[in-house]
Amino acid sequence: MELGPIISAMRRNKVGAIVVGVQMAITLAILCNALFIIEQRVALGKRPTGTDEANIVVITNQWAGHPTDLAAKLQGDLAALRSMPGVVDAFASNTYPLSNGGSSLNLKLNPEQRESTAQTALYIADEHGLQTLGLKLIAGRNFTADEVLDRMPGTNVPPSAVIVTRALAEKLFPGKNAAGQSVYSEYQKTLAPIVGVVDKLQVPWTQAGGFGSKFNDSSLLEPYRHEAPYGYYLVHAQPGQAVAVMKAAEKRLIEVNRARVLQKSQTLTEARAEAYKDDRGLVIILGVVCAALVAVTAFGIVGLTSYWVAQRRRQIGIRRALGATRTAIIRYFQTENFLIAAVGSIGGIGLALSLNLWMVTAFEMERLDTRYALIGAVFVLLLGQLAVLWPALKAASIPPALATRAA
Amino acid sequence: MFSYYLNLALRSLKRNVVLTMLMIAAIGVGIGASMTTLTIFRAMAADPIPNKSRQLFAVQIDNWGPSKSGVQTPDDKLQQQVSYTDAMGLMNAHAALRQTVMYSTGFALSPPNPNLRPFQVPARATYMDFFPMFEVPFRFGTPWTREDDEGRAPVAVISRELNDKVFGGANSVGKTLNLDKHDYRVVGVLDRWQPVPKFYDLNNNQYGEIEQAFIPFTRAIENQMTTWGNNNCSRDAVAPGWEGHLHSECVWFQFWAELPTAADAERYRYVLNNYAAEQQRLGRFHWAAHTRLRDVREWLADQHVVTDEARILVLVSFSFLLVCLLNAMGLMLAKIMGRAGDIGVRRALGANRRAIFGQCLIEAGVIGFAGGLVGLALTAAGLLGLRALLSEQTTRLTHLGFWEVGITVGTAVIATTLAGLYPTWRAAHIQPAWQLKAQ
Repeated sequence: MELGPIISAMRRNKVGAIVVGVQMAITLAILCNALFIIEQRVALGKRPTGTDEANIVVITNQWAGHPTDLAAKLQGDLAALRSMPGVVDAFASNTYPLSNGGSSLNLKLNPEQRESTAQTALYIADEHGLQTLGLKLIAGRNFTADEVLDRMPGTNVPPSAVIVTRALAEKLFPGKNAAGQSVYSEYQKTLAPIVGVVDKLQVPWTQAGGFGSKFNDSSLLEPYRHEAPYGYYLVHAQPGQAVAVMKAAEKRLIEVNRARVLQKSQTLTEARAEAYKDDRGLVIILGVVCAALVAVTAFGIVGLTSYWVAQRRRQIGIRRALGATRTAIIRYFQTENFLIAAVGSIGGIGLALSLNLWMVTAFEMERLDTRYALIGAVFVLLLGQLAVLWPALKAASIPPALATRAA
Repeated sequence: MFSYYLNLALRSLKRNVVLTMLMIAAIGVGIGASMTTLTIFRAMAADPIPNKSRQLFAVQIDNWGPSKSGVQTPDDKLQQQVSYTDAMGLMNAHAALRQTVMYSTGFALSPPNPNLRPFQVPARATYMDFFPMFEVPFRFGTPWTREDDEGRAPVAVISRELNDKVFGGANSVGKTLNLDKHDYRVVGVLDRWQPVPKFYDLNNNQYGEIEQAFIPFTRAIENQMTTWGNNNCSRDAVAPGWEGHLHSECVWFQFWAELPTAADAERYRYVLNNYAAEQQRLGRFHWAAHTRLRDVREWLADQHVVTDEARILVLVSFSFLLVCLLNAMGLMLAKIMGRAGDIGVRRALGANRRAIFGQCLIEAGVIGFAGGLVGLALTAAGLLGLRALLSEQTTRLTHLGFWEVGITVGTAVIATTLAGLYPTWRAAHIQPAWQLKAQ
């Protein structure tokens, strides 16, 4: 391979080569960091809640005034909802998955313990909760109707039993069967028996690095009737009927009592889209910037190489006249670009890793997998080869006869 | 001279349309991407109350004590909000020019017309000082009075939006609103007011809309109105009932003080520390006084109002702009070296280096200006795109103002001219003799 002439030619056009090399290095650094962020955000938005999202409808209910008979009102609403056609089951809660609002508790194993063992999200549910959410019980049992207590706002009745998720159970009692054990909640100052363990129920908070991100799958269900002026009705519809059930349920609730505001009703699928809207936006913006970046870099290489070709028409003609084949000319430009890109890539990998290191300290960001940098480097090398192809082909088509003509 | 160079620049650019377009496109795309993200970033980092951001202070008091280690460290995060006990303690101290405790709550409003359904009205419970403190503009009426605060009066200041909805925009001062089956007398109607970010309460929705009704704090507490914001009870057990919750160590109130001078702020810091020390003496706090007083800007920085996402986007898009500029620089270099012959002739005919330098720089500036215009169009398109992509609260940040337009075009021209410096310098150092010989 004729590296000598290529390098000496590059020396005569140092700045051009450096500009292309630096450009490729920065492109590589941005590209692999952006793709890394994209991959993480996509994964974030795909985390399962553990519920049958497509068939669950959430209705936000706010009573107008301060009704004193909340217990009766709640039972009336739930009876109406459960008796509707297309409804599998329903219950009332303080929050729902993907809502980004709720309560958390610190749990201990006994009252004497100084620091808490685990943090958890609190979901209020009656004996219909598991079926409505479509949760999978992996140990123990569901709440019984007797265990479900009244919980008026501002009261603090200790729970008679709790159900925990698998992740929370493993944090509290690693390697043991949590069902049958007890946990102590500092807030309620009471030891409550764990009666069941469900496979999965995500906390209501979904933000990347935000509240709840450290205990994403640690949830706890407490058996209460949610008798509050503000709450959520969760309704499990038969497959495919969620939207119809949502409309009908709103109408039915208004028929039962008009003195209320149904501020917002949605399926959990819609709640997911809303919860991750900004993450999806970030993914799309970064994707567009990456695409533009690749295009700009590629066109830049095409433009610059074309100029180099145009400048060296005569030399190329002479080389052709002296016996260089077309392939040799193409290979010349490809080797040239490869050398620049290789140096650029090495710089780019370093830049990518240091950019990521800085982002790890400045933001809630994980360490970049080195594989990303290597894949990015291969991509940038290929991009260079592809971009240089067209000018190289044009160079190869310069006729040897050009050498004989005056400039 | 300038117009002559401009003419030359335009001719030169016309001679190689493809290359010119490539340069303009590269700069346009880079500027478009970076200005789109910068607009969002600037809006997030904006000072919501520039006249008074150094005079309004958020108060933080540690009523939970040091965390795990048992030792207080300087970066121990203080609770974002304060407890009822501490808020009342500070209200009664009257140590600031103006002060208010507040929290976010809400109502169901039942319209006078029984055929209309009730609707939701987010509200803020606060003291009358809130309005002059935060320079809240009034369309009709005034804030309620100090006597209303003390007398727990059922009065309300409503937003312009709610006034439009319920009273059709007419002066509703003196009229009554039925909020959760209680009658409230309207004393004032706000004019348009939307601080971005909503600095006085950053819980839940930092760029969200202001509340639609404001009522006396004392009234809200008497009516046992629960908070619609965050309520954090971490440490101690809470006694049952409203009173139990109210007098617990749960934090769910914001507390703001207006302190016009640095001396006032210093004195208030002292008062705050004394208060916490007093609580320690009384046995309520088992740790040394730990308090903070932050003005609006410090408060916004401490609460990370500018999201990591916005920072990442700005970083990525400005790196992208750098690539675009390098790209344009390479193309300019190629273009100028391709015209070495021309420049040689001009030099031989008597143009000095400065003239060549000036001419080429103006050419770069023209490319920059054109790129800036393309970038402006792309920024507008980008912001429109973001409005569709991002959540509703973030769309408040996608406003393209006069300043943004200026910054966009200005950045393009300056950055491109800077990128053109090296190619231009090379052009100015072309040896006329060599070029003429080669011909």
